[in-house]
Amino acid sequence: MKIAVLIKQVPDTEEGRHLTSDGRADRDASDRVIDEITERALEAALKQKDADKSVEITVVTMGPAAANEALRKALSMGADKAVHVQDDALAGSDALATARALAQALSGLQADLIVAGNESTDGRGGVVPAMIAELLNLPFLGPLGTLEVSGGIVRGSRADASGTTALRASTPAVISVAEAMGEARFPKFKGILAAKRKPVAVQGAAELGLGAADHAAGNLVLASAARPARTAGVKIIDEGQAAQELAAYLAAEKLI
Amino acid sequence: MLELTEDQKALAEMVRDFATTRIAPNALDWDERQHFPVDVLAEAGQLGMGGIYAGEEFGGSALTRSDAILVFEELAKACPTISAYISIHNMVVWMIDHFGTPEQRAQWLPAMTAMQNLGSYCLTEPGIGSDAAALTTRARRDGDEYVLSGVKQFISGAGTSALYIVMARTEDTGARGISAFLVPGDSQGLSFGPNEKKMGWKAQPTRQVIMDGVRIPAGNLLGAEGQGFSMAMQALNGGRLNIAACSLGGGQHALEQSAAYLKERQAFGGPLTRQEALVFKLAEMDMGLEAARSLLRRAAAALDAKAPDRVRLCAMAKKVATDAGFEAANSAIQLHGGYGYLSDYGLEKIVRDLRVHQILEGTNEIMSLIVGRGLVDK
Repeated sequence: MKIAVLIKQVPDTEEGRHLTSDGRADRDASDRVIDEITERALEAALKQKDADKSVEITVVTMGPAAANEALRKALSMGADKAVHVQDDALAGSDALATARALAQALSGLQADLIVAGNESTDGRGGVVPAMIAELLNLPFLGPLGTLEVSGGIVRGSRADASGTTALRASTPAVISVAEAMGEARFPKFKGILAAKRKPVAVQGAAELGLGAADHAAGNLVLASAARPARTAGVKIIDEGQAAQELAAYLAAEKLI
Repeated sequence: MLELTEDQKALAEMVRDFATTRIAPNALDWDERQHFPVDVLAEAGQLGMGGIYAGEEFGGSALTRSDAILVFEELAKACPTISAYISIHNMVVWMIDHFGTPEQRAQWLPAMTAMQNLGSYCLTEPGIGSDAAALTTRARRDGDEYVLSGVKQFISGAGTSALYIVMARTEDTGARGISAFLVPGDSQGLSFGPNEKKMGWKAQPTRQVIMDGVRIPAGNLLGAEGQGFSMAMQALNGGRLNIAACSLGGGQHALEQSAAYLKERQAFGGPLTRQEALVFKLAEMDMGLEAARSLLRRAAAALDAKAPDRVRLCAMAKKVATDAGFEAANSAIQLHGGYGYLSDYGLEKIVRDLRVHQILEGTNEIMSLIVGRGLVDK
């Protein structure tokens, strides 16, 4: 079985989020880290490989040259090879342009399963995995908290406010993983030393057959503003009527 | 030599992630409960920390001493006690890997490099510390066996370890009459003293190892008869580098915590960083640690290269770094005022843990003796 895992390098958001004047993520303002949810996606794939050594894992990213660091980390954790979609023409791609580029890169891999995180910590759009599935005409399952692959069928469970839904599809398929999929393993010393000997293929927009129309962003950022500071919430003081007021408030907010 | 390679940065980053998530959040609790976290050690073993500089054949990571000091510094930022125990275990693993026969290595190393089985190093005796060549534990050959009797003191991991490397006397010829033996933890006649109550290093057990006619196969002799003292001293060169790195890690953590505290703590109408005397203290801590780190890297490179002055440099680095680490941690308490004296701030634990690094793996006075004799015994 071949598994492709989408990896993303993001600015470390632990110390806040920073945008450049044109509204893009400021990659120089924070440390660069591998997005944790994509590590969890890789972990889901590595568990398949733990059970069946013949599983081959390719990690795929789109990003500037420095995104190579995230691929090296993924390779040190146990992925077999990497594809790095890297082209200045792709900088600033929106979700759709990103999905088009990644779908092109993935289409050449013949993967039985494509695994992504459900949403990145920087953009948080949470739409790229489903867009890739649509572009590749594959079924999409996600975000999954569990994963099982056998006999050409991928199964998983998706938790939401109303309960848990069991999903399944025949492979090839695209899945995204939720936090519940579980923490990623640490790379071993041997994995770290082996990572630099594993192949990383760098592909530009032209090689992927992408024209200007494909990677032009479908939207234009005119201005960006920081999220307003949090304000104090509503305080209800109980003088015998708090329950009614609370219920009315929750109903007004459509929370019940 | 002074710039880390990409690989070294990646190794250190992984250990930092592991130590930050698996060790640091529990370090104060383990200290308070005197809990030896063998499960977390086994996790470290899975990542390659059980045989850091042992060969790959039996599960070692085949890293260099220069790599290893980075590992121990990162581990010690989370907990000097756990880092130091892993150093001792690695010393034992290295002795088997380096001096053992293929059979001994195949028998012991796979479970030890994975840290499923732990190892203890048994040199010191109740009446024999710095004058180690005077040790009195006896090993008598009896047919296909050796019979060991004697008591070893201050043994880290005793009672938990699967294997004890015991330095014992096979002849009354001083240091040349000492041999090293692989004593399995389940041997008949092997027993342990109570877990010592001690100032620091509470998250690892320290006990006497008591041998009363312990019979082991003759094949458990490590190296040849009479080579035990030399092997034990060679292992200590690396042990000194590691313990120096453990002190740097503890001191570095204390420094970083102090810098953050001075920025945050308000007094006399502003943050404490406006008090120049306190900032100078931070600078002194930083200079002490960085100077020691430079020397430590040089000593590690000398041991990797088997340079002729490696023993001297390892001794220098051990004394300089264990003193610098302790001084930094002690200064951190002063900078935190009364809060530094409270256990919840973690600094008094670092001081308690680092204090013993000035005593073990050869006291700092013995380090001075090694360096001083090199100057006058020519």
